[in-house]
Amino acid sequence: MTRYFLNRLVQLIPTILGIYTFAFLLMRVLPGDAANVLAGFRDDQVHLENLRRTMKLDEPIFNQYVGFLQSALVGDFGNSYITGQPVTEMIGDAFPLTVLLAAVTMLLAVMIGVPLGIVAAVWQDSIWDSVSRLLALLGVSIPVFWLGIQFQVLFGLQLKWLPVSGVGFDKHIVLPAITACGATLALLMRMTRASLLDELHQDYARTARGKGLRERSIIWIHVLRNALLPVVTVWGGSLANLLSGTLLVEIIFSWPGMGRLLLQAINTRDYPLLQAIVIILALLYAGMNLLVDLSYPLIDPRIRYGQSTA
Amino acid sequence: MGSPPLSLSGTVGQSSRARSLWGDALRRLLHDRLAVLGLIIVVGALVCAIFAPVIAPYPPLSGDLANWYLKPPQPGHPFGTDDLGRDILSRVIYGAQLSLKTSLLAEGLGMIIGTVVGIIAATMGGFIDSLIMRIVDILMAFPLLIIAIALATILGGSDLNLILALSLSIWPFIARLARSQALSLKETEYVAAARLVGARPFAIMFRHILPNMLTPLIVYSTLGAANIILQEAALSFLGLGTTDPSVPSWGKMLSQARSFTLSAPWLSFFPGLAILLAVMGFNLLGDGLRDALDVRSR
Repeated sequence: MTRYFLNRLVQLIPTILGIYTFAFLLMRVLPGDAANVLAGFRDDQVHLENLRRTMKLDEPIFNQYVGFLQSALVGDFGNSYITGQPVTEMIGDAFPLTVLLAAVTMLLAVMIGVPLGIVAAVWQDSIWDSVSRLLALLGVSIPVFWLGIQFQVLFGLQLKWLPVSGVGFDKHIVLPAITACGATLALLMRMTRASLLDELHQDYARTARGKGLRERSIIWIHVLRNALLPVVTVWGGSLANLLSGTLLVEIIFSWPGMGRLLLQAINTRDYPLLQAIVIILALLYAGMNLLVDLSYPLIDPRIRYGQSTA
Repeated sequence: MGSPPLSLSGTVGQSSRARSLWGDALRRLLHDRLAVLGLIIVVGALVCAIFAPVIAPYPPLSGDLANWYLKPPQPGHPFGTDDLGRDILSRVIYGAQLSLKTSLLAEGLGMIIGTVVGIIAATMGGFIDSLIMRIVDILMAFPLLIIAIALATILGGSDLNLILALSLSIWPFIARLARSQALSLKETEYVAAARLVGARPFAIMFRHILPNMLTPLIVYSTLGAANIILQEAALSFLGLGTTDPSVPSWGKMLSQARSFTLSAPWLSFFPGLAILLAVMGFNLLGDGLRDALDVRSR
């Protein structure tokens, strides 16, 4: 198992390098160059040249790349074009809030989605099954930011149950987390259902039934664990969706995380901030994927004993 | 083709007409009630987009500000009016034009880029293949929306740039699918036969392999269209679409409604509902197509 962990960690290196390289190239496709943008397209050549020199834009592109890597890999992404503040500082305040919201969202999706999937599989073709199918369809089709607005109107304005904006690990997080978890919840529910039904028709489940075990203990003791592995795999694939959903929901609910910062970077064309956000979010995404991959051995003994993972 | 169908018994032989893959699939699709619902929604949205000037009861751009400022839904204006006194129903109908055009063009462009790149990788193999797949891996290390946002911000706000940003963010996924399809089809006997008679690699790829990988690509692109409508709406909502105020799009209407979220909820409710319906239509149709065409992957 140690080898599996190490292997997976080593695979992370080219990914990280790729993320930085893409983010570097992103700034190179700007119309004009970064100095042009910063100077606000003023027709002042001397000013522009000075700016280019301080930003090292007059050096060969490879040197620029190495310079960028040297500072960015240790977390120095330069200063904001707008506020002049180090970008890393701005992100430092927002990042934990996004992680908190994403974690709560994910927990919620798992805690609701998996049990609902089990219910739908056990009572297949019942009314619960149909309801879960409808929920799943809505979950993947609803624009998450629109759902947030509807929740604000319903639970905040009309029922007055919950606050519609603000931050805190209390009632403030309820609406954002519920809004953001929809798509992931739907996916987990459908996947759990499909996978559980698949396993329930396997020979070993029939044997267990044949020797007189109750359906409940068949599911809980024999089938569920086998059924969850594909669910975890799909869950890993849905992380991107969950992360982008979280960002959009932050904007709706004025949650001061990376999503708000991203909107700010878009609106003010603050490119260093945008570049840093892109890198940090991609790293966060890579980290989440790593966690999912590392959880496989806990569920699938075949990986734990170093056998084929097929 | 010309010979009569072989059969063991007369009754079977008489009742079986010549069937094609597509005819069969269409019949299965039309028997699937949810898929038909999806088809109706998708066609309905397209009709709204194409015939908007005929269907919409009011002009989308000019309103009666004096009498119809922010009026809730009522007879005559079933979806209400906005802060410029414009009829929201008409704007939602017109909004289908830009939303569907942007999404479907982006999806189409992404499909073309992805398929061609995937086929090139599968045909060339070796260094080119590894290089292409490394680039694909790197791009897939980013959440799709993040790449689209970054590209759209840097390219600047216009419809064309939005289409470019969206298609550039989805092509890696399609390239990977196309490559794996092409690689497995490459091992089939009819391809070996084509190679034996001396067909060139790219002729084999585009004339013999491409037509056979169309079914998974069609299913993928229909489900992908659902997703890209959502992405397009999200980007427009973030203010990354066209800055031209004269063209309504669903995402932009949602964005403009933000100042009135709580005071005039109908402003955001109906454009969002339109997005939800369109996305649901493509999802249902895609699921139905997958079953009808019997595509197992994903």
